[in-house]
Amino acid sequence: MIETLAVIWFGLLGILLIGYVVLDGFDLGVGILHPFAPADRDRRILMNAIGPLWDGNEVWLVTFGGALFAAFPVAYATVFSAFYEPFMLLLVALIFRAVSLEFRSKVKAVRWRRLWDFGFFGGSFLAAFLLGAAGGRTMLGIPMNQTLHTALDLSDWLAPLPLLVGALTVALFAMHGAIFLLLKTEAELQARMRKWAWRCYFAFLALYLLTTAYVALNVPRATANFQQHPWFWIVPVLNLLAIANIPRALRHGSPGYAFFSSSAIIVALAFLFATAMYPNLVISDIDPRWNVTIFNGCSSEKTLKIMLVIAGIGMPFVLSYTAVVYWVFRGRVTLGESSY
Amino acid sequence: MMDVELLSRLQFAGTIMFHYLFPPLTIGLGLIMVLLEFQWLRTRDIGWNHAARFWTRIFALNFALGVATGIVMEFEFGTNWAAYSRFVGDVFGSALAAEGIFAFFLESGFLAVLVFGWDRVGPKMHFFSSLMVWLGGMFSAVWIVVANSWQQTPAGYHVVEYTLNDHIAYRAEITDFWAMVFNPSSVDRLTHVLIGAMILGAFFVLSISAFYLLRNRHVDFAKRCFPIALWVAAIFSVLALVSGHDQAKTVSKTQPAKLAAFEGHFETGPGDLYLFGWPDASAKTVHGAVRVPGMLSWLLYNDTQKPVTGLDAIPADQQPPVWLPFQMYHLMVGLGMFFIVLTLGTLPLLWRGRVYRQRWLLWIFVFAVVGPFIANQAGWIAAEVGRQPWIVYPSIQDGVEMRGLRTSEGLSESVRASQVLWSIILFGSVYLLLFIIWIYVLNEKIQHGPTDPEQHRQTPPTPDAPPEGLLALEADRLAGGAHLLDSDSRTEGA
Repeated sequence: MIETLAVIWFGLLGILLIGYVVLDGFDLGVGILHPFAPADRDRRILMNAIGPLWDGNEVWLVTFGGALFAAFPVAYATVFSAFYEPFMLLLVALIFRAVSLEFRSKVKAVRWRRLWDFGFFGGSFLAAFLLGAAGGRTMLGIPMNQTLHTALDLSDWLAPLPLLVGALTVALFAMHGAIFLLLKTEAELQARMRKWAWRCYFAFLALYLLTTAYVALNVPRATANFQQHPWFWIVPVLNLLAIANIPRALRHGSPGYAFFSSSAIIVALAFLFATAMYPNLVISDIDPRWNVTIFNGCSSEKTLKIMLVIAGIGMPFVLSYTAVVYWVFRGRVTLGESSY
Repeated sequence: MMDVELLSRLQFAGTIMFHYLFPPLTIGLGLIMVLLEFQWLRTRDIGWNHAARFWTRIFALNFALGVATGIVMEFEFGTNWAAYSRFVGDVFGSALAAEGIFAFFLESGFLAVLVFGWDRVGPKMHFFSSLMVWLGGMFSAVWIVVANSWQQTPAGYHVVEYTLNDHIAYRAEITDFWAMVFNPSSVDRLTHVLIGAMILGAFFVLSISAFYLLRNRHVDFAKRCFPIALWVAAIFSVLALVSGHDQAKTVSKTQPAKLAAFEGHFETGPGDLYLFGWPDASAKTVHGAVRVPGMLSWLLYNDTQKPVTGLDAIPADQQPPVWLPFQMYHLMVGLGMFFIVLTLGTLPLLWRGRVYRQRWLLWIFVFAVVGPFIANQAGWIAAEVGRQPWIVYPSIQDGVEMRGLRTSEGLSESVRASQVLWSIILFGSVYLLLFIIWIYVLNEKIQHGPTDPEQHRQTPPTPDAPPEGLLALEADRLAGGAHLLDSDSRTEGA
C-alpha cells in the first residue's frame, strides 16, 4: 500500500513540477527576452503580459517544495542542503524577478528603470539557468555517503551536464516566452518577438541535440526504465513531433498552436527527467546503495493519504482559479491605469 | 569562526523577520480594503472607489515583497535545517502543502483580479476578489501558525525509530490529523497573530490618513479612511488584550519554562508581575524591577498566593534564555496597552470630526504605525526564543513520553559555517537594498496620493475594450462619475 502511495506522490510531484515549468517557464522566458525590446513602452507591455500571472505561477514552485517536504522529507532535506549555494542564488534571482516587476513602473527616471530592467532580466535568466543546472546535477547524482553527508564544490557544477541542461532550460524558456508573447503583443513588437522565437528555437534545438547525445553516451541510467516499459518511447517521439511542429506553426502564423507545442516539449522533457530518476530521488555517485528512493525516503502511509485528500479537495479549486484568471486576462496587452 | 548553529539561527531569524514586515500588513490592509470597497458597492459614492484603489496599490507593493521574501523560509528548512526537516516532515509537511494548495493559490489568483482587474470585471466580482485575497492571506496564516504551534505544543503524533542506510534515526509521524491541527496552542496563537495583523493594517491606514490631514491634502479621502481604521484599530487592540491574556494562561500550562522566561520568574512560588526590569539569569533576579506582588498568580489563577512554576523547576539544560524573551514580551504588552489607550481615547473625538483639529494627536498617529510593526516582531521573538533549546518540544502522548528535538540537533549535516556566513551576507545586502527601496517607493506612492475624484473619471467596468457612446455614458452614470467631458484622463501607469 505504502509503495503505491509513494508512486502516486512521485507522479503528483511530477505534475506540480510540470505545472511550474510550463507556467513560470514563459514568465521567466519573458524576463530573459525583456532587454531585447528596446522601447520603454514595449518593455512595459512585456511586463504586463505576465503581470497578473507570474505570482500564481510561482505558487506552483512553492507547492512543489511543500509537497516534496511532506511526501519525501529525506529527499527534500538532502537535496536542499546539498544544493546550498545554487539554491540561495535561485532565491535571490526569484526575489529580483518579483520586485523588479513591482518596482520598475513606480518611478519614471531612466536610470531607475534601467536598474530594474537588469534585475528582471538577470533574475529570470539566473533562475532558469539554476533550475536547469540543478536538474542536470540531480540526474548525474551527488557525492553522498551513508549518513547523507554531501560535499559539492564548484567543480561539481561546472560539469558538462549541469551546464548543458542549464543553458537548455534558458533557451527553452526563452522560446516558450517568445511564443507566449506572440499571443499577447501586436504589430512591430510582435514581429520582433517572432524573430526571437526563431532564434530561441534554433538555440534550443542545438542544445537539445547536444544534451540528448551527452546523456545517451554518459548517463546509461537515464534510459534504464525504458527497457521495462517500452511504451515510454512514445514520449520522446511525441516530443520530436512537437519540436518539429514549432517551425510549422510559426510559419503559418498560428502562435496558439506553437504555444501548445512548446508546452508539450516542456511536459515531455519533465517526463523524461522523471523516468531517468525513478525510483530514485537522490542518486549517490559514491555507492548506489545509499540512493534516496521514493520508498526509503517517503513519509508515513497516513501522511501520504492525508495529503491525497488535501490535494483532492484543493486541486479542483486551484484549477478553477487558474482558469478564471487566464480567462479574465485573455487577449492582447493594453496598458491602463493599473498596469505596471 | 562562528558556529553553524548560531549562524543558521541568525539567518532564519533575519530572513523571517524581514518577511514578517509584509504579511501582517497585507492581512490588515486587506480588511480595510474590503470595508472600503463594501462602502463603494453600498453607496456607489466614487470617493470610496478611489480610496479602495489607493490602498490596493499600496497593498500590491507590500504583497509582492511578502511573496518574494516568503519562499526563502520554505527553502531554508531544507538547506539549513535538514535534520529538523527529516524529523518533522511527516507532520509539518502536510501543513505546508495545505498552505500552498488552499491559501497561496487562492491569494495569488484573486490578487491578479484585485490589482489588474478594475477595468476587466464588474464591481461585485472585484469586491469578491478583494474578499478572497483577504481570506487567502488569513488561510496562509492558519497553516503556518498551526505548523509552528505544533512544534511548541505537539499533538496527534508519535515519535518512531526508522532505519535509513543501515543507521537508526527518529522522526515524528502523524497519528491524528485534526489533533495535530488543533494542538493545544494553535487556536490561541492564530487568533493573536491575526489580531496583530489587523492592528498593524489599521495603524498603517491611520498613519497615512493623519499625514494627509496634517498636510491638508486629499482631505476627503483621509476623512473616509481615518474613522474606519480607528474603529478597526480600537476593536482589535482590545481583542489583543483578551486573546493575549488567554494565551498566557495556555503557555503557563503547556510551556511553563517559556512563561517563566517571559515573566522573569526564577523561583517556583506566588508570582509577581514585573512592569519593567532587567532580568539577570545568573543572579536569578530581576534588577531595577517595578512590580505588582502576586499579580502574576492572580492573572493566571485568580489567586495571588497560588504558586507559578519558576525556572528552578526546569533542568538547566532545558531552560530558555531569559533576558530577550522577557524584554520582548514586555515590549509587546506595553505597546498593546498604548494602542488601547490611544485608540479608545481618540474614538470619542470622532464625533463632529473633532479629532481632525487636534494636530498633536494626528502627529502621534503618523508615527504610531511603528508600534504595531515592533509589537508583531517582538511577540514572535519572545515566542521563538522562549521555546529554546527546543525546536520541537517534548511531550506526553497517551501516557507515553515523546522525545523532543533540540535546535542544535536540527541542523544540516552537510552545511558548513562558511556557507551560512556567505548566505547571511548575501541576504543581508539584498534585504537592506529592498528595505531602502520599499521605503522610497512607499513614500513616492504616499506623496502621489489617491486620485482625486474631481480630476478623474471612473473607467467603465467592462471585460474587453472600453465601451463607447451611450454604453459608456450609462456605465459612467452607474459608476457615479459625473465628469463626462474629461474624455480620457487615464494616466499612463504613473
